Formats: sequence, C-alpha cells, structure tokens
Amino acid sequence: MPDNNDKALLELKEYINGKKQKENPGSYLIDILHKAQNIYGYLKKDVMDFVAEEMSIPTAHIWGVATFYHYFNLKPIGKYVIAVCMGTACYVKGAQDVLDSLKETLKIGTGETTPDGLFTIQEARCLGACGLAPVVMVNDKIHGDLSHKDIPALVESYRKKGMSSGKDPAE
Amino acid sequence: MENKINISVNGRAFTAYEGQTIMQALDNLGFKIPRLCYHPRLSIEGACRVCIVEVEGMKNYVASCSFPVSEGMGIYTNTRELRQARRDIVELILDNHPEDCHTCERDGICELQRLAYAMGIRRRHFEGERKHYDEDLSSPSVIRNPDKCVLCGRCVRICSEVQKVNALRYAHRGFGTVVMPAYNMPFSESVCTACGQCINVCPTASFLEKNYTQELFEKLNDKSLVKVAQIAPSVRAAIGEAFGFPPGTAHEGEMAAALRRLGFDHVFDTQFAADLTIMEEAHEFLERLQGRGKLPMITSCSSAWMKFMEQFYPDFIENVSTCKSPMAMMGSILKTYFAEKMKIAPSKLLTAAVMCCTAKKYEARRPEIRVDGVDPVDMVVTTREAAWMIKSAGIDFHGIKPEPFDNPLGHSSGAGAIFGVTGGVMEAAIRTAYELYTGETLLDIEINDIRGLKGIKEGSLVMEGREIRVAVAHGLGNAAELLETVKKDPERYHFIEIMGCPGGCIGGGGQPYAGSNSVPLDEETLKKRAEALYGLDRSRTIRRSHDNPDIQRVYKEFLGRPLSPIAHKILHTRYEAKKPVGIIPKGSIAR
Repeated sequence: MPDNNDKALLELKEYINGKKQKENPGSYLIDILHKAQNIYGYLKKDVMDFVAEEMSIPTAHIWGVATFYHYFNLKPIGKYVIAVCMGTACYVKGAQDVLDSLKETLKIGTGETTPDGLFTIQEARCLGACGLAPVVMVNDKIHGDLSHKDIPALVESYRKKGMSSGKDPAE
Repeated sequence: MENKINISVNGRAFTAYEGQTIMQALDNLGFKIPRLCYHPRLSIEGACRVCIVEVEGMKNYVASCSFPVSEGMGIYTNTRELRQARRDIVELILDNHPEDCHTCERDGICELQRLAYAMGIRRRHFEGERKHYDEDLSSPSVIRNPDKCVLCGRCVRICSEVQKVNALRYAHRGFGTVVMPAYNMPFSESVCTACGQCINVCPTASFLEKNYTQELFEKLNDKSLVKVAQIAPSVRAAIGEAFGFPPGTAHEGEMAAALRRLGFDHVFDTQFAADLTIMEEAHEFLERLQGRGKLPMITSCSSAWMKFMEQFYPDFIENVSTCKSPMAMMGSILKTYFAEKMKIAPSKLLTAAVMCCTAKKYEARRPEIRVDGVDPVDMVVTTREAAWMIKSAGIDFHGIKPEPFDNPLGHSSGAGAIFGVTGGVMEAAIRTAYELYTGETLLDIEINDIRGLKGIKEGSLVMEGREIRVAVAHGLGNAAELLETVKKDPERYHFIEIMGCPGGCIGGGGQPYAGSNSVPLDEETLKKRAEALYGLDRSRTIRRSHDNPDIQRVYKEFLGRPLSPIAHKILHTRYEAKKPVGIIPKGSIAR
C-alpha cells in the first residue's frame, strides 16, 4: 500500500470517495483508473490494490480492465511521451520510417521507456493532423511534416530541455 | 412453468415455454445442441458461438444459449450450412489450440476433443498464428496452461459467481486475451483458494491439478520406506465414475484392495480421522458453549475454506475450530502414535493421502500443521490421479475383490462416512455433542434439515432446554453470504459448517471429470455421490464417532482425553490473516 500521508494518495482517495456516493459506484472504475494514471503517470500495482480495496472490486477485475485499454500505462512512462501517428495519411507519408528512426535513435521499442526516464515511444492512430503528415506528438505538442532524418535532432532538442529543467526526469 | 408457446424445429411443430432460451427449449425436446462455453450453473457468456441455430427471418445464426424462444419461431438445428458454420467455428477454436491430444492429460476425457469429433472434424483446414505462454506451475494444487485455453470463461465464472473468490479474469484483448490472476502473478501468490473448481469446469486441460503420480510411483518402489495411504470419504463415492461405473456406486473395499496392489504397506481410512475430528471438535464446541471461546464455532475441515477465511474473512479466525482437518489428523497420528507403535522412524514413513480435493495439496504444505517440524502428510493425490495410477499399474478395478482397511486406524463410524457431503460434519458433530452434553442417546440421528444441496441450510436442536442453532454452507460463495449474515447478527448461530466446494467434498476439485453424458458439477451426480455416503452410514452398526472402539483405544493408549495437551499438540492447528487480501465485490460488477 502506498504511504498514507502521501498527498497524491489523498487526492485519489478523495476522488474515489466522491464516486462512492454515486449510484452503482463500480461503473466509475475506468474513470478512477484515469484519475490514478493522471496522478501517478501510470498504474502501479499498489495503486491498483488501493483502488481494489477502496472500491471493493477484486484486483483481478481491475487488472483485466487496465490491460484491456491501451490508454492505461502499466509501466512508468518517460518525461516525454512521443506518440508516432500511424494513421492512414501519416502512414503513406512515411510514418513507419519515422517510427523506425525513433526506435533506433532511442534504442527502445514501442511502449518502452529509455533507462534515463526521458522518453517513451507510443504508436497512435490518427491524431487529426493529417494536413501535417507525418506527425508525432510529444506530450501535447504536435510536430508535423517530418522526415525520418529530422528525428535525431528532434530527440536531441527534447533531451537538452529535459536535462536543463533541473527536475528528476524520472519523476 | 410460464405460458406455452408454439415453435417449430426443423419443420415439425413443438411446444416451448415463454422465457426459455432456444437451448433450454430444445434440451426439453430432445435436441442437444453442441455447446462449449455454456454451463447450467453459470451465467450466460455467449462467447464460443458453438451453439448456433438458424432462426427463420433472422439474417444471422443466433447463439441458442442466449436467445429466447418466441411464439411461432421457426428453428433449424441441422441444415447443411449451419452444420458447416458450426464446424468452422470449432475448427477455428482448434486452430489456436495445441495439436497434442495424445500426450495431453485430458486425452479421452476432453470436451473440446469430443466436440471436434462430433462436428466431424477429421483434419485441420485453418493453420494460423498460435498463442504460446508459459505454464504457471507455482501453486502446489492447481496449474494453469494458457496454451490449452479456449477462452470459454467457465473458470472465470465459477471462480467469481459460485466461489466468489475472483482469482481469475480475462486480461489483455483480442488475440492476446489470456485468463489470469491479477497482475499475472503466480497462482501461489494470488487469492486462489486452491479449490480446483476451475479444473472441474474447464473443458480442456487449461487447468489441472499439480500431479504427484510419478513421485508417488517412485516412492512406492522405495524399499526403505514404509508406505501408508489414507483415503477420504468422497473418493470412494466417486472414483467408480472414472472406471465407467454409474455415479453413486461406492467403492470402499475395492479402494483398499487397489491401494495395496499399488504397493502401500498399510491402507487406513480418513474416516477414522473424521471420527477423531468429531471427538475433538464436539468437545471444543461444548467448551465454547460453556463460555470458553468464541461462538459461533465454524468447522475447519475444508482446506479451501481455510485459505479463503485467512484471506477474505480473517475477522473470523477465532471462530474457526482449531481442529486440524481429518487428513492432517490422520497424518499426525501416523507420524506419532502409529510410528511409535510400529517402531518406524517418522522419516522412514511415507504418508500419502488420496483426496477428492486439490486444496489438500496446499494444506499438506502448511507449516501450521507440522508436528515437531514434521509434515504429517507427505503427498496428496486426487481421486483422478488415484484412478489414473490404478489404470496405469494395470489393476483391474472391475474384477478386484473388496478388502477391509488395516487396523488400528481403519475402522470408522457412519458419522465419519458422511463427512464427505455438505452437512455431514455438522450432523456427525451433533450426534456426538448431543450425547456428551445431555448424557442421553440421540434417537433420530439423521438430521434432514441440514441434508441436501440447498446453498445455505439452517437447523436447530434442543439440548437440555437450550436451543442450539446451526447453519451449513457449501461453496465459498454461499459461505461468504452466510458470514455476511453472521457479521450483522453474531448471535444468530452457535455452530456453522462450511465446505469450500459445491455439494461438499463429493463435489471437490479433484473428483472425476464429467463423462460424455453429464456436465461438471451436475446436481444429479452430486446427489448420487451423497447417497452413496449416506448408504455407507446406514450400513454401519456404529454410527456415532464416540462409539468407535478404535477411537476409544487411541485415546486410552495415546491421547488421554479430547483436548488434552497432547491432543492439542498433535491434532490442533492455528490460523493467521494472510496476503493478498481477498475482496468480495459489493453489488454486481460488469465482467
């Protein structure tokens, strides 16, 4: 169980308590898991255990939900999540090359995080920016009209930013 | 029944009833539509699509398990196209299933194999990607092999709906879907109670007991050991089914004879230890009744219940009898009293137990039941494993002449026999406790209120003007429901019997698989097994545990009296709250 004095945990507990007042609280499970992921960045085991006990929902059920939806991260994610759009427009404009270049530059695969905790690669379906294809989204920022050759420089710019911000990127 | 309605099946007119599914209506009319994920005790899943039928006016075939009949409905069960579609569905399931039937544990007793045969599948047409996952061999009781899983979900449903343990769920999605415990943790670290009901309902070999037959054959060939077997009551009530006998045929003497032919030097009866359990438990109950200890007292024979209680209901630890299970009592007596009497070092004594149960394999490894650091029971095999060993050793179970159990731990009363059926431990305890408390003979010893397959049963009796209220639950879901009642109303009962499996031990996780004309946990089969044990009870001249002369002797020679310090050391155990914490869901949750 996470530390009870943990501020993050109190926030989650308060959120769960709000949902417990509602009719059929079990139906808010996905919503609660979203909240937990917003707070912690990913769904850790002890947080899922906490949700299970607070909601009286068996952990196997929570695990089933958490693994069903791709949105939920079961492992810690990097400071910068790079989502490569693999939608039709991006794909025909070379998204696969962009993705391959990104994997090669970061030496990780899709869904994985670099050991320094800076980057996670994800594949996305259409991001709705087809006019700029191919695009990648780094956290909330779209980078369009890319070529696979642009990737090393793009990664480098974020790496510099991440190192200079002073915060532990793994947090 | 509801209102009658008219339907036609393959062009002939029939009567069905409003509210029935097509499958239910057809079952009544003599059409047994092929099926896979359906189980009468579980909710409708509609996952496998094997039970499709054609309905006039419907564009697609419908799953008969989940589609209601309606007035004037025209159903076709056997058209050429439908047969083809049904066969394709089963072929697609087979496509993602290993082709290793002839080396599979369930060869010849597999529902998928029977289904494929019935569909007329004689070769494979579809070859595609096949899943591969590691087996989970971590639990001493139940192993999980996702490669054999057809995702019918029966295990998930029995674990959540009947047992309320919720150890299993579907995880991931699509082709990657796997039935697993939370966090894909090893079974041994999950909330699994080892009851083995997932094995009973699994149509394939995706769940199996951890098999100890090879190790046992090894030990049986070891001349330096003295090999001792004990056999649980319900094994004799069911093992015949594995040899083609109809359900309800008792094989008591045949089992003693067969185990001797397997190489055991002594064959004893767990029912003797059941009588011993009653001596201790009845005295413990009377102590508690006189204010020394917590009420209601809850029985402790069922190993799955033991684990369930420690994880899901640790608040009840003080309510649970400290008596070991009959299996553990027998093992403990063997490694002390018997070893001493026979002048055998406990390390040279191999104690094996033939049990209807997979959770007994777990219980045998509990450190809490050790006596001076020695495990009372070295090895546990299920009814299924024992049946296989008998076949494998070439022992003719049909022609074998019954033999008596060995002495001095072989005689049992009728009370010991009924331990195997829900309500039996309570009934046996009452037979003894009443006489101990009142000093009078209980005339009507068959206590019908607590017999039968109702999930929760209640009864009461008057002992010297004092009303004693009792309750019996079988299946962990019913147990949970009963305990919730007790939480709200702690004074309601004095004495509670809980068995982890539906029907009690006769429905244990280690019992023979359902044959081709039955379904797992079929109530009729359970009733027949129960009747076999009640029959054994009626056939005994001694029907009360305390009248068993062998029991009286073991107290005289060794234990002194019930609850004596030595009885406490050898025959009693302890419990503690264990992790992971079990969670009984409140209300319903979507699966």
